[in-house]
Amino acid sequence: MATDVETRVDPRLTVGAKMPYKWVALFVIIGAVLPFFLQGYATFQGTLIMIYAIAILGLNLLTGFNGQFSLGHSAFYAVGAYTAAILVYHLDWPVYVTIPFGGIVCFVAGFLFGLPALRLEGLYLALATFALGVSVPQILKSSHLEGLTGGVQGLDIFRPKVPSFLVENFGLTMDQWWYMIAFVIMLFMFWIAWNLINSRTGRAMMAIRDNPIAARSMGINASLYKSLTFGVSAFYTGIAGALAAIVIEFVAPDSFTFQLSILLFIGMVVGGTGSIWGAVFGGFFILTVPNFAEEISTGLSYAIFGIILILVIYVMPSGFAGLVNLLRMRVKKMF
Amino acid sequence: MNKNTDSIASADVQATDTLLSVKDVSVHFGGIVALDGVSFDIPSGQIVGLIGPNGAGKTTLFNCISRLYDVNGGDILFRGQSILKSPVHQMSSIGIGRTFQNLALFTNLTVLDNIMIGGHSKGKSDYLSNALHLPWIKREERELRREALEILRFMELENTALQRIGDLPFGVQKRLEIARALLSHPKLLLMDEPAGGLNHNELSLLVNTIRRIRDEFGTTVLLVEHHMGLVMEVSEKVVALSFGRKLAEGPPSAIQQHPDVIEAYLGTGKK
Repeated sequence: MATDVETRVDPRLTVGAKMPYKWVALFVIIGAVLPFFLQGYATFQGTLIMIYAIAILGLNLLTGFNGQFSLGHSAFYAVGAYTAAILVYHLDWPVYVTIPFGGIVCFVAGFLFGLPALRLEGLYLALATFALGVSVPQILKSSHLEGLTGGVQGLDIFRPKVPSFLVENFGLTMDQWWYMIAFVIMLFMFWIAWNLINSRTGRAMMAIRDNPIAARSMGINASLYKSLTFGVSAFYTGIAGALAAIVIEFVAPDSFTFQLSILLFIGMVVGGTGSIWGAVFGGFFILTVPNFAEEISTGLSYAIFGIILILVIYVMPSGFAGLVNLLRMRVKKMF
Repeated sequence: MNKNTDSIASADVQATDTLLSVKDVSVHFGGIVALDGVSFDIPSGQIVGLIGPNGAGKTTLFNCISRLYDVNGGDILFRGQSILKSPVHQMSSIGIGRTFQNLALFTNLTVLDNIMIGGHSKGKSDYLSNALHLPWIKREERELRREALEILRFMELENTALQRIGDLPFGVQKRLEIARALLSHPKLLLMDEPAGGLNHNELSLLVNTIRRIRDEFGTTVLLVEHHMGLVMEVSEKVVALSFGRKLAEGPPSAIQQHPDVIEAYLGTGKK
């Protein structure tokens, strides 16, 4: 007995929405074909964009959907990267296995960090995560851990070669192969985020964000959901970190400074807080715009980046995803 | 076996059963005494009004019953069991639902989502099965959605289902507060000033709604309200508080005549 309401569900608003298969298919096709039209370097950059997108999506699950702030996601990115690098470098683990493993280690770390952080609301949580973000690079450099982490020098690792039948039949390059791996992982992570958001769990997460007291009164165990969401968010960021370590074939403490946290935060806001696919645009933005600013003027690159950022916020106050939604509504109204 | 005796007992004394008893409850914030040894019973199946001038401790008592505040003394029994050890998020599954005085809806979500969150405690799907979208959760989700739409229809609000909460007028949001609380089918519904800010038409609709909630859902209602007309019209029993103490309890007509209540509301002087 489908009522009127049940049949005209607006995917933009309603939890439990139908996935927009047309758009997803288009996105998958473009994403899969792209590396065959791009230069090797552009393909590599595309891989990094997707890695950032995964991390941004993780941050968005925490902040955009659950209302918890984090300025320390660079720490989880670093933990994911170092987990992968250490397992490959010291223990000779198969590289592919270290990617989910980096995520799982981060899940545990995030969940445990989330437990005491439950007592901290809003700005205080931002400060606590900030402390995490600034301390992890120093810990990685510390002489006590040097044997494991390689200290300031970091660790060099090598990613496995492209399976030979793909080289023989399709002439797949290393960059294209790792682009494809990142692409598949990103799609999988997006699928999970979509499932989570459009479910009982997602509703609970958003209820806590909008009104924690009412959420608890409706029977939502806010502590449990908040710490699990912290863990899942760290899981995403850890997967991204592990992928980054392998793709770049190198980890060093200075790649994971507090600035990376801010960059991920910017990517989230620019992509659209509370949007899943906006993370891709966020990743694109934080990879390309700082480079672009650098090209215009090396000395004033941050000033230029800042100006671009302000312009972007002015044009799209609710992020890229918000702008697209707005345009979609306009177009709908016209016809 | 246990279950058997339970149901016999409840069938026997259903009419005069006490659903909730507040026993000698005291609350103080620092040096300020908000509640001072308040006791009363809420009989099962009745509509009970809780009245008192501003600052009498009505909302404090409410927040104690829904476990948002801890009591400093006394006990609160629901179906004979103390609830003071249970956390806030278990109240809904125990059978105590509530609405909020100042709207506490989830403003960025649709009406339908808000109502479905009201049924959270009935759901079983966990974080992992939701993340992987396992087949069995679809059924639960469909069932919850159906019930949410049913409640919306009961409240005559089904046409708002897909609107965003923030886009709706105040009076509608007030009704949605009630709808959200109903989805968990509470045995006791705590309504915190449901009439606040409503116009004349909305008020008469509210009287009707409260009665229908009791009659059709079998829900016992505890009503905190400033609007005397509403309380007297709809309640079968009224408890009056003033400065954290119970002044009187009884049927509305008796409370209206009670000298202490009149004095608390009008200062000294006669009617």
